[in-house]
Amino acid sequence: MIRLPVSLLLGAALSTGFLAAALLSFVWTPHDVENLVIANRLQPAGGEFPLGTDQFGRDLLSMLMVGARTSIAVALVAVGIGITLGVPLGLAAAATRGSLLDEIIMRGNDLIFAFPSLVIAILITAVFGPSALNAILAIGIFNIPVFARVARGGALSLWTLDYVLSARTAGKGKVRISAEHILPNIANLLIVQATIQFSLGILAEAALSYVGLGAQPPTPSWGRMLAEAQTMIYTHPMLAVLPGLAIVLMVLGLNLMGDGLRDVLDPRLRRQGT
Amino acid sequence: MLRYLLNRLISLCLSLVAASLVIFLVIEVIPGDPAAFMLGLNATEANVAALREELGLGGTLPERYWAWVSGMLTGDFGTSYTYRVPVADLILDRLWVSLPLAGYALALSTAIAFPVGLIAASRRGTATDYGIMGGTQLGIAVPNFWFAMLLVLVFAVNLQWFSAGGFPGWADPMAAIKALTLPAIALALPQASILARVMRSALLDTLGQDYIRTARAKGLSRRQAVIRHALRNALIPVLTIIGLQFSFLLAGAIIIENVFFLPGLGRLIFQGITQRDLVVVESVTMLLVFAVILVTFLVDIAYAAADPRLRRK
Amino acid sequence: MIRIDALSLSIHGLPILRDVSLAIGKGQIFGLVGESGSGKSMTALALMQLLPHGAEVTGRAILDEIDLLTKSEADMCALRGNEIGMIFQEPMTALNPVQTIGDQVAETLLIHDAATRPEARRIARDRLDRVGLSHIGMDRFPHELSGGQRQRVCIAAAIALHPRLLIADEPTTALDVTTQAQILDLLKDLVAEEGMSLLLITHDLAVVSDMADHVAVMQNGEIVEQGPTAQVLGQQNHPYTRALFAASSHQPDRTRMAGRAPLLDVENVSRLYPGPRRGLTRGDPVRAVDGVSFQLHKGESLGLVGESGCGKSTLTRAILGLDPIQGGAIRLFGEPVTPSMRNDLRAGIQVVFQDPYGSFNPRWQVEKLVAEPFHLMAAPPPDRRDRVAEALQSVGLQPADMAKYPHEFSGGQRQRIAIARALITRPRILVLDEAVSALDVRVRAQILDLLADLQSRLHLSYLFISHDLTVIRAITDRVLVMQAGRIVEEGETETVFTAPAHSYTRTLLAAAPRLDIMGRATTNAAM
Repeated sequence: MIRLPVSLLLGAALSTGFLAAALLSFVWTPHDVENLVIANRLQPAGGEFPLGTDQFGRDLLSMLMVGARTSIAVALVAVGIGITLGVPLGLAAAATRGSLLDEIIMRGNDLIFAFPSLVIAILITAVFGPSALNAILAIGIFNIPVFARVARGGALSLWTLDYVLSARTAGKGKVRISAEHILPNIANLLIVQATIQFSLGILAEAALSYVGLGAQPPTPSWGRMLAEAQTMIYTHPMLAVLPGLAIVLMVLGLNLMGDGLRDVLDPRLRRQGT
Repeated sequence: MLRYLLNRLISLCLSLVAASLVIFLVIEVIPGDPAAFMLGLNATEANVAALREELGLGGTLPERYWAWVSGMLTGDFGTSYTYRVPVADLILDRLWVSLPLAGYALALSTAIAFPVGLIAASRRGTATDYGIMGGTQLGIAVPNFWFAMLLVLVFAVNLQWFSAGGFPGWADPMAAIKALTLPAIALALPQASILARVMRSALLDTLGQDYIRTARAKGLSRRQAVIRHALRNALIPVLTIIGLQFSFLLAGAIIIENVFFLPGLGRLIFQGITQRDLVVVESVTMLLVFAVILVTFLVDIAYAAADPRLRRK
Repeated sequence: MIRIDALSLSIHGLPILRDVSLAIGKGQIFGLVGESGSGKSMTALALMQLLPHGAEVTGRAILDEIDLLTKSEADMCALRGNEIGMIFQEPMTALNPVQTIGDQVAETLLIHDAATRPEARRIARDRLDRVGLSHIGMDRFPHELSGGQRQRVCIAAAIALHPRLLIADEPTTALDVTTQAQILDLLKDLVAEEGMSLLLITHDLAVVSDMADHVAVMQNGEIVEQGPTAQVLGQQNHPYTRALFAASSHQPDRTRMAGRAPLLDVENVSRLYPGPRRGLTRGDPVRAVDGVSFQLHKGESLGLVGESGCGKSTLTRAILGLDPIQGGAIRLFGEPVTPSMRNDLRAGIQVVFQDPYGSFNPRWQVEKLVAEPFHLMAAPPPDRRDRVAEALQSVGLQPADMAKYPHEFSGGQRQRIAIARALITRPRILVLDEAVSALDVRVRAQILDLLADLQSRLHLSYLFISHDLTVIRAITDRVLVMQAGRIVEEGETETVFTAPAHSYTRTLLAAAPRLDIMGRATTNAAM
């Protein structure tokens, strides 16, 4: 019987809650978020509008549901970019440790690290104009060196182990060994890192749309909801509080899940259990 | 030590060259004709030609790159198309807001994180530790610009202790620092949470090392072992994070400036984007990247000071 | 002087020590021997009151009328380093990497307010001189020192305040045999000079028989036998003592069957590493293997012995075709060995490594692990599962073990699985790279028996690489002695061991602690 840590259960519950709300928004929301009904503007919470409406008469709950979709989609694709490009690069660097390839990959990583996501987003926006794709690219590009480093670090320690040497005496090449022996044994590290990057992606997406470098109207996003609420903060503070709370709970959920997964997947902890 | 320094310095220069190439490529090569891009669809042929002349777009790409880089080296960042003033002056003005803000936040975050991380590590497994870990978990999840809005709501709107935004300038340093206090707190909270967690786990890591056992066998108490042996070793991973955080703080400062209407680099660059002023965007991003690379270099030097294994004779 | 009465210890309810009693007299060396997990280190940590969380101790540990187990933590801090010093197994990690060695020795004095700062530094210098580091500056950092030198620094720090008891927990296990001999001599001299007592914890009966006046044998948290060393090792009243002793000097039954045909021909081989970076250029390349030549014959068991860093691992990797060579030639069954050599050639030479824990992908079942070398064949054999079952049986495991994962096996069983994997392609040569070095003596004896048996049944040739002279002597026909990348001596094993020709071989042999067949300690003269 495996006892799952409380943080994992709580985190998974929060994350799946938001994911479910986002998925639900594809087929149903309490109100249409693209239909501006000025007559309904700034309604208090309760009744027809469970969380009230904004200054354009849109239902806040529906906005939050669709906003979750934007956040999750952007962060998920950005993590996907980071994993699909970063992990192979990290594995290749580790397999050819000390070679020119390793050097080039790691220097390239350092270079990307000098460009925070925000700077990448600024550059892309300056040339191509703002869009949700910008946010994905900016966050995704920054994720590449993160995963490359985690993969390389984990792989380097495995390459010194005897079972990798044994595989080489069994005539297996570097690519095959990376796929059969290295990748499965750094998967835990990558999963934990993925949840961390996912939560950072949510935060980054919110920040980028807040400053107008992310998803554009009419696509609802948590960050832009906050930007629009800023002028209303004196009179209608809940408009600013609710989207922020959604971000906090989503990120908290992912981080708790990452922490919990780390505890469950850590081989050092597991070995003691067997 | 000298060789290590020289090595890092060479790496610093290479990074700068590579970064400047990337920025040049994105801003001046990808849009095709930057002049036409800046003027938009309604520009006349003559206007575009005039701007091309003004921006010095006549030469080949290598010539233009060299002109840009050598200009920056001599302090000439070009002239802003919208403001009609040298970009260097604009940047210098704004730097006096953004840089103190990032520094203020870094100081706050470090001052909070060190004791908190130390307490959590030394009371590992107690209610205090769990409380701190829970609190930092929450701190990481809070977007800094939203936290900034809440601070405004509570301390500016309700309590009226601070003004909700704006910057009075450095003529009155106390007023300037006061105006930067809420923004700095908003920036520092998430970073302090991360740093405190790193500090805790780095300390716990070093506390499990053999040399701590040796120290205890020499008669050091648990506390003495932490202070005399664990802290300095734990500092090495913590330094890495502080270095990484600087770039997040700088980026964060750019966003936070929007909440508090601070006339910093952030405002400058967003105006540059909306007005398609590529000269401003290009130079400010280069400056931001330069700051990040410089901090990485400083962290490398701090590393060598903290870890004798890096200082080969 | 120090007496332990009925010491029992449990950690989180799990019993670790039961009723341990012993007494160490002034100026005495007390040896505590046992296999890993027998509780010998825990006994020492209980004395120091440095036990892990969740530990519960009963009994008494009396140092001059004071019961240590009733002392407060503050009182223990005053005693540790002052009355009782301790050194540990792993000198590479036992010192703070960011503090100078002088400061770390002086710290013992400063922490106990025994000296002012300048005095402490002067005394630290004096102690470092005493442990044989007079040529090493106080401002050196640990990473600039060798393992043996670091262990000397640890000793200097432990004896800085002239403690009455020094606890040494496997102090030489991580060190080379010549360094081990020097450290043991140093400890012996210090005991005589300082009049302190020494509690020497070790797994090595030979070290104890060399060093100790008194010995206690531990098994599963209990002392099964103790008394004067000559008596305990000479009479061996307890069956466990007998078993340990027999295993330590175990000689597997083997018949010599070396043929004349060379299977492996190593000719004038050199391995070079790029020199250290000097800015943009590099220094002179390092010659890890320098002009090595030898042949391995059919059915022969050839030993390759040398200390760490002598190049034996580098040579092994070249022979296995894992790394390229920069000079000379390696021929296997007449064909050249290179990193790109053909798979069917590779199938003829397989390897067993040292570490029973790092040898297997933890996510694979035994069947897949053992079958991995089938990759070397053009097509996997149709009777794959039967071949795996057969290989497992030949190393004394069950076919049912195929479905298990590596963590379900003990260290010795894992080494059997590693041998099964190496045999699966029916190779003619087995390379055994420190294959029994990480095992407890009794398990080691069983694996050596297995290897001897497999050799005679399957007519294998062995290249047996080890730093352990006893093992080499037990299992090989011929031996090569390697030093600094060169083979300095080669010959019949018995001849080399009884009449070594090269001075380095003599040094090695003299340094190795020996258990003599009569069961009496043979004291080796210090070199």
